[in-house]
Amino acid sequence: MSDRHPLFMPLILVGGLIFGFGLGFSHMARPEVVLNFLQFDDFGLVFVMFGAAIVTGVTFFLAPRLLGRAPLTGDQFERRLKPFDRNVLIGGSIFGVGWGLSGICPGAAYASLGIGNVTILWALAGMFLGAYLQGRWRSQTASADSVTAGAD
Amino acid sequence: MVADPVPLQLAAELFPNGISRYAIGGLFVGLGTVVIYLGTGIPAGASTFLESTLSYVSGQSRFQRYVSSRDWRLVFTLGIILGALAFSATVQSGMITTSLYQPGTTGQLYEVGGLTLWSTDVQPWRLLVGGIFVGIGTRIGKGCTSGHGVCGVGSASKTSITGVITFMIVAILTAQIVAALGVSP
Repeated sequence: MSDRHPLFMPLILVGGLIFGFGLGFSHMARPEVVLNFLQFDDFGLVFVMFGAAIVTGVTFFLAPRLLGRAPLTGDQFERRLKPFDRNVLIGGSIFGVGWGLSGICPGAAYASLGIGNVTILWALAGMFLGAYLQGRWRSQTASADSVTAGAD
Repeated sequence: MVADPVPLQLAAELFPNGISRYAIGGLFVGLGTVVIYLGTGIPAGASTFLESTLSYVSGQSRFQRYVSSRDWRLVFTLGIILGALAFSATVQSGMITTSLYQPGTTGQLYEVGGLTLWSTDVQPWRLLVGGIFVGIGTRIGKGCTSGHGVCGVGSASKTSITGVITFMIVAILTAQIVAALGVSP
């Protein structure tokens, strides 16, 4: 992507640094602390999720109204809206089983590596394996569908 | 003479480690997202990285759709790892001390060349098997705790709010059942 603004990648890196620092500081990079929330021993996680969502919420509300276009891409400011279908419930439930079993989610797993938790490589290996399995299955289902549609 | 008022006792019970480390950490997570959004217009989530990175090694159409974003998603993840490392080098190592940070007692701390690092006690099989479910579920469900939980909820997206409620309920049930079966940690 040679036509990208020269500050695009540096900004992504800075955003990631702040994001990762926050996951470390909030202890979300520690599976034990997430499991303590899910087992009702420490409800602190609620403050992490809502603390972050309030910051993004205010920004996502104001930026499209007050600012023109994003300076580094020229893109419109839009909210993150995805269409609802059955997959949100099915995928959400499967994710819930995994999150409840392991106490770790993708962003927190990357941060966990950064705080020295080498053991989290088990979870990262699992996440890549899971993402690969669903991607292979859905790619094949999609191409089978288009073959059927083409034959009609 | 006077016992702690009931609200204080309740707060100590619900939040044994206080709330400041959680709230401040959460503000940083939000700020990181906002920095990227204000510069680029992208509401970045963490789990697409799994599929976009697989596009380097697999030609499946499901992964190839992320080719155009795979380089910056790699940089975003690298940033998350380095940001957490910076936290280890400063706050976790005690170089910066603040009453707003409760160190807690989970897992194991260990030292490498003056750097205080941390390791989990959660059993590897839980991480591996849980990770597989996380990998499948976040991608089918269109987002994870950052994509749905932070960006989606911040967008007041009904899809994301439904997604968060779904994975929250299922995760609570799963963790409670696993704990009731005597699996610890």
